[in-house]
Amino acid sequence: MTLRMKRIVKSFHENAVLKEVDFTVEKGEIHALLGVNGAGKSTLVKILSGQMKADSGEIWIGERQVSLSSPHKAIAAGIGIVVQEVDTALFPELTVAENVTIHEWMKGSAFVNWKKRKERAKQLLQQVGLEIAVDRLVSDCSLSEKQQIVIAQALSRNVQFLILDEPTAPLSETETTTLFQVMRRLKESGVGIIFISHRLPEIRAICDQITVLREGKTVLQSAVSLQTDDQIVQAMLGKQLATLKEKEPRIRETPLLQANQFYVPKLAKNISFTLHEGEVLGIAGLVGAGKTEIARALVGQDPSSNPVTIKGKQWMIKHPRKAMEAGLCLIPEERRKEGILIDFPIDQNLSLPHIHKMTKIGWLDRQKERRLAKEVVEKLGIRASSPMQTARLLSGGNQQKVSIGKWLDTGASVFLFDEPTKGIDIGAKVDVFSIISSLAEENKGILYFSNELNELLTVSDRILVLYDGQFIAERRINETTLEELMSLATGGIQGGTKHQGSRTS
Amino acid sequence: MEQSIKVAELPKKQKKSKDILFHLLTKYGTVLAILVIVLLFSVLSGEFFTYKNWTDILRAISITTLVAIGVTLSLIVNGFDLSVGSTVSLATISSTIAMVWFRQETVVAICIPLVIGLLVGLINSFLIVKIRLPDMLATLGMMYMINGLHLTITKGYSVYNNMPLQDGTLAPGKILPSFLFIGQGELFSVPFPVIIMFFFVITVHLCLNYTKFGRLLYVTGGNEEAARLSGVPVKRYKAYAYALSGLFASIAGIVLASRIGTGQVSAGASLLMDSVAAALIGYSVFGANKPNVLGTFVGSVLIGILLNGLTMLNVPYYAQDIVKGAILVGALTLMYKSRKVT
Repeated sequence: MTLRMKRIVKSFHENAVLKEVDFTVEKGEIHALLGVNGAGKSTLVKILSGQMKADSGEIWIGERQVSLSSPHKAIAAGIGIVVQEVDTALFPELTVAENVTIHEWMKGSAFVNWKKRKERAKQLLQQVGLEIAVDRLVSDCSLSEKQQIVIAQALSRNVQFLILDEPTAPLSETETTTLFQVMRRLKESGVGIIFISHRLPEIRAICDQITVLREGKTVLQSAVSLQTDDQIVQAMLGKQLATLKEKEPRIRETPLLQANQFYVPKLAKNISFTLHEGEVLGIAGLVGAGKTEIARALVGQDPSSNPVTIKGKQWMIKHPRKAMEAGLCLIPEERRKEGILIDFPIDQNLSLPHIHKMTKIGWLDRQKERRLAKEVVEKLGIRASSPMQTARLLSGGNQQKVSIGKWLDTGASVFLFDEPTKGIDIGAKVDVFSIISSLAEENKGILYFSNELNELLTVSDRILVLYDGQFIAERRINETTLEELMSLATGGIQGGTKHQGSRTS
Repeated sequence: MEQSIKVAELPKKQKKSKDILFHLLTKYGTVLAILVIVLLFSVLSGEFFTYKNWTDILRAISITTLVAIGVTLSLIVNGFDLSVGSTVSLATISSTIAMVWFRQETVVAICIPLVIGLLVGLINSFLIVKIRLPDMLATLGMMYMINGLHLTITKGYSVYNNMPLQDGTLAPGKILPSFLFIGQGELFSVPFPVIIMFFFVITVHLCLNYTKFGRLLYVTGGNEEAARLSGVPVKRYKAYAYALSGLFASIAGIVLASRIGTGQVSAGASLLMDSVAAALIGYSVFGANKPNVLGTFVGSVLIGILLNGLTMLNVPYYAQDIVKGAILVGALTLMYKSRKVT
């Protein structure tokens, strides 16, 4: 049986998002759906799972044309989805058993047969290979367990085609391996899987077929093995990506930010490191290693009880305001929640950290504010209809540029970037990298927290590997490889050489 | 070929004009409603569209608007102040007591309630910002306490000129004519409370939109965490908002005391709901989609006109709440609908 989407068209107001997309998935295959942000992946997936209605086009399952006008109908047709935010699909205060069987339960009799229900849950969980006490509350489960519970939920509804929307983004390496095992198992039982991911190595590891969307059109449909990485990237971008050349790390000696046994409250651990002027120091750590916790402690969001030394002066940073005074600023991971004011215009976002410079005895100088906004918008290439546009209407990459841009004229000397490339497309990533290297050229110090190890290798001069809240290794980028970093970050190689910070302590 | 293109374009155009109509409705719906209502009442009653009636309407809404300015400020920082009604009562009582029981001058009778209002606001700030109680619950508790306090002070009696005191003697003072001017006087045949109202509406509007102070209030309410990370002292700005809310309630209380000429107990109780309604209606005015003082003023005018007109048409006061509620629901519908679109 085959799932076919033919000539799917969808537009929002004037904006055509899908322009006659064709998409075909066979049962029993794992099919990668790829595209940069804005290519139309999410829209296509929403149409397939019945959350959105296509303007025109046909969807066929086998020899039957189906109408997927509601999520309910999509499920009836055998299409299931594991959304990116699995928590939205689960009831945290119910047990695993209740969550897994919730759909069958709603159809069943008014009385609950607990024993039967638990058995059924166990049976479904076995199909995904998850061994877990079914009496546990879902709120106590890990993210990867939750994903598998959602998959088991889909199985209980007799799913034929399963969409996995960027499932590996928040997972650790081992969790990803587990998920892949589940996917292979499902594939063997004849389920067709649509796998959305940005990570080419993963796609190569698990997928049979690949479809690439670009600007609302299908640009590549092929077996994965027939395509090289370059070809796939080229299909996604539509132009040859200028290969980032190997760079020599800048070796800097003037210490800018020194943390010596700096206490991180959320981790209950002490860390030590030194950041030099004009240096990009990468902090490599997988999800859960403690990157965000360190960043938050440094800028006083979760105040630490220890001081840090900036340009030879000791600072106790108890509040983000104090951090600004010390010349420290954070571009947070959660940009929509913490980085920018989503309902405010771009110019007001950009002026916020240095609004005191835009005032004459308390009165705002709107002209000055707009002039500054215009400069930043042009400098960073923020794509917006005007600097007065609401930040909500920008794409993820442009929102990120606003989140960075507001600090440019504040005179900050240390920039903390927490996962700055999360959820932004390749074009915006390149822009963010060039902003970072121009900051380094201005002798600023940059702490770059990321789990994208290959990005760390392109952007940083020196890398500290963070594992379970501690720096376990230090490498200059010309001394290391992606493979080594990965095995360090996953805890594969214990120890390595101790890094400089711990030596001094 | 050409024909088919034309056919395809037609429904798009229709959709567009429908969108524009909807857009206009969300933006100017409230103002439109006011115009329609004014027209309707003018036709139904000859008395309605006269200078005297208009000043009556404005005078009637001046106190509600003053309270509603405070409510708007607390809404701007994404909070809520339920204690404003009882603060009005306390301010009314305290200013009249100062004059009647203690023979104080007008200046003192104005300053005491202002200090009390500010104090109430600061206590609210303390509970919400420092102790981190949810805003509704903290101000609900304060509402009860202030209510009880002002009834305890007066033993439940209103305060009036030479009233009998607890010990059997008559109160020494009376409410001074200079104090009465605040609520009853006129300047250039414009009632003085109306002038006070316009003064504060314009001042607060300018502060909110053209000063750093106003910007940071909005920013604090827009996203507290992002604002904090950008170095905004969000706690301080929240405290300012509640302090000002208390202050405006006490200003309203002074005007109310002067208007009635006595210190009525629980005089401010009904003002809470009216001012909240005015501030919420204000969200939808000119498509602002956020709390704003001009909108609040328009909301208060809308409610005032309706009540005035309905009274003229002999609609009983207890039925007027139905209309108030309906207006509020209508305005909120416009707001949420337009939010969905954008």
